Amino acid sequence: MKVMHAYRCAKSWLVCQRIAQQSVYKYSSSTQPKITTHYSVIPRENDDRWKDVEMERFSDEADVIVVGGGPAGLSCAIKLKQLAKEKGKDIRVCLFEKAQEIGMHTLSGACLEPRALKELFPDWKERGAPLHTPVKHDRFAILTKNWRIPIPILKGFPMHNDGNYVVRLGNVVKWLGEQAEELEVEIYPGFACTEVLYHEDGSVKGIATNDVGIHKDGSPKDNFERGMEFHAKVTIFSEGCHGALAKQLYLNQDFNLRENCDPQAYGIGIKEVWSVDKSKWKPGTVDHTIGWPLDRNTYGGSFLYHLDEGEPLVAVGFVTALDYSNPYLNPFREFQRFKHHPSVRGVFEGGTRIAYGARALNEGGLQNIPKLAFPGGCLIGCSPGFMNGPKIKGTHTAMKSGIVAGEAVFNALTDEERTNETQGLYVPEYEENLKQSWLWKELKSVRNVRLSFATFLGWYGGLVYTGLFYVLGRGKEPWTFKSKGPDYKHLSPASECRQIEYPKPDNKISFDLLSSIALSGTNHEHDQPAHLTLQNDDIPVMRNLAVFDGPEQRFCPAGVYEYVPLEGGQDGEMRLQINAQNCVHCKTCDIKDPSQNINWVCPEGGGGPAYNGM
Amino acid sequence: TMARVLVGVKRVIDYAVKIRVKPDKSGVVTEGVKHSMNPFDEIAVEEAIRLKEKKFATEVIAVTCGPTQSQETLRTALAMGADRGIHVEIPADDYVKTGPLQISKIFAKLAEQEKANLIILGKQAIDGDNNQTAQMTAAVLDWAQGTFASELKLEGEKLTVVREVDGGLETIDLKMPAVVSADLRLNEPRYATLPNIMKAKKKKVAKLTAKDLGVDLASSIEILEVADPPQRLAGIKVENTEELVGKLKEAGLV
Repeated sequence: MKVMHAYRCAKSWLVCQRIAQQSVYKYSSSTQPKITTHYSVIPRENDDRWKDVEMERFSDEADVIVVGGGPAGLSCAIKLKQLAKEKGKDIRVCLFEKAQEIGMHTLSGACLEPRALKELFPDWKERGAPLHTPVKHDRFAILTKNWRIPIPILKGFPMHNDGNYVVRLGNVVKWLGEQAEELEVEIYPGFACTEVLYHEDGSVKGIATNDVGIHKDGSPKDNFERGMEFHAKVTIFSEGCHGALAKQLYLNQDFNLRENCDPQAYGIGIKEVWSVDKSKWKPGTVDHTIGWPLDRNTYGGSFLYHLDEGEPLVAVGFVTALDYSNPYLNPFREFQRFKHHPSVRGVFEGGTRIAYGARALNEGGLQNIPKLAFPGGCLIGCSPGFMNGPKIKGTHTAMKSGIVAGEAVFNALTDEERTNETQGLYVPEYEENLKQSWLWKELKSVRNVRLSFATFLGWYGGLVYTGLFYVLGRGKEPWTFKSKGPDYKHLSPASECRQIEYPKPDNKISFDLLSSIALSGTNHEHDQPAHLTLQNDDIPVMRNLAVFDGPEQRFCPAGVYEYVPLEGGQDGEMRLQINAQNCVHCKTCDIKDPSQNINWVCPEGGGGPAYNGM
Repeated sequence: TMARVLVGVKRVIDYAVKIRVKPDKSGVVTEGVKHSMNPFDEIAVEEAIRLKEKKFATEVIAVTCGPTQSQETLRTALAMGADRGIHVEIPADDYVKTGPLQISKIFAKLAEQEKANLIILGKQAIDGDNNQTAQMTAAVLDWAQGTFASELKLEGEKLTVVREVDGGLETIDLKMPAVVSADLRLNEPRYATLPNIMKAKKKKVAKLTAKDLGVDLASSIEILEVADPPQRLAGIKVENTEELVGKLKEAGLV
């Protein structure tokens, strides 16, 4: 089956090449308008419009730089400052976050296991950490089109939530930010790190923040300003799932970070927050389902959490694994139709939707983790990927990795006896210590669960395997499943797949895409180069549309990609329109593009969603 | 003579965020919602700084009125190039009742205290959309006013303002001291860059209360209720004029 699939894909690729060569008149790149103007694709060094522009950057120094202010990055920064205070040492920690405010780009279910939080702040309750909703009722079910089959959650099950809290992760992150500021971490929200800087010896020197003031066509505005360079002995990369700088680091041939691991597997999580009718509100209830509306071979499921913070709020979402093969699959519309299931729609009747957002998440496990430390830097959090898939939790492990990194880096910085071969510090102790910690044990015990769902038995097989080997066997089976290749390779050509009939939104429970995007509060400075950059502007129409019917117009939860008729073109000729302003920074396009032609880069800092306690 | 410029900045809900009315209808939800500097105020700050850069002004003082979080907006103004900041602290409960009349009195008092001879404000805030503060401030001070400015030129004691009015553009000459309100096309504001944000941390921000300035915040306006506008009903398409007339007759409109 795999061989046939690969053969068909290769054949379709060759067909495209031949079409491109023969029909120069029909599909010549001169009829496709130029889409990408970003300087990462069109370099400024040879661009006439930039020849008189001052390109020098200010620079500053810190001891540690943290890229990304999420749970992992903040935990690392906090740990560093806690140790500095304890040992009476002074270290400068600077944290950069692309969102306008800490917590504004955070999106998660979320059911938080407070294990790592307790390690970081044993007195988290007294400090007012916003964990207000202990889990009271925990339910799991398999959905079919009309029925709900409850599955009892026994103590050994991965999603057993005793002792955990339903949280609005954005608010937890905001609170972590306040704790970090109290400890004198320098936090700079509204600044994206867009470049990794290197020393002559190849070790990481630091980062550069984004330039501002570039027109949409790539030329400099009057208020153009270069970003700033920050140099540090160690740079911590905590950009979350599928980070942009992490992607660059993986290409670094000196570090070879991914040489011994499988490619990461991902899912896309789409979430809404609803203010529901008081009679439907059951604070402390946690509901998970798998099955409908996804078919047996597509991994994914829903979550529905009732918060207990005063207002009758419910967080609901749907995760679709990105290794799906049908290009007609639309994760957003799967989510919208899920809400109509008879066992679920009652919650939403009479309620108001108040928030919407989406983010890619890791579905992989131990086998997908790259090398974590390299000269001058460390990878922490969901960026390398420590999410426990079966538990559907990644925050506690992300924070733990931040804490362990903070400890290792602090020791490396303050150890006067230490000899460093490179200017940027290499801290392998971070990885070694992490492997000795509960994080590694936990991930080891679930390492085969996700992949057990990826056989031809679909999630039937997965459930059975999980029941046998995780619940009963506690994950001690001696074998480790291998990944089946990166997500983007799993897409089948559209000609081989059935279109999916999605129901129209009823505007009471289900909604259209545009009104949903409006609720995310996302916005970007309009006049800047699109940050969804294409290596080759012709490939979308020539390959993605021709072979896969343009899957990006379906998997993007923000309506960024649209195939529209080409003005002045022949009948039926299309072009790709990129509505970069809508982007919610979920990273799904960079992951699932079958041509891997889309490269997501950071837009001007401050742009993106305006999530409020998501 | 050089100008001493007072610039007013207001922290408002970001224009791209969807507003939600509080369940108790007392106002809109602001907790945790993304806020930014009022866009017209950014333009006002930019103009003030350009005056200083062209050596027409000696000092630019940024002023904001509101609860603690308003300071963020002040920091942005300082990062753009203002020299000093003044935060007139108004607790959240009083702030919801505060409007252009009270603010204009505060600005007037501060202008006297700081010996400012030019006040530049945004023409209106995108939350209240009142378009009154600049005009009221000029009235309280009995100063000249040039509102909806799309161009500003200072020559000695004379301020030339090009105003955007319904009929087109109006050019007026004002004798200083004066109040100007900035309109969209006055300039394109600069970014608050990281090096400037770091420098701005060292700039002074003074804290005052309305009482310190002898201004009474009592308002003669009371908000009874805030509600969503009624839902727009979907229209229907008709096939021809006969059907249209029929439908209009049905609805009793003709």
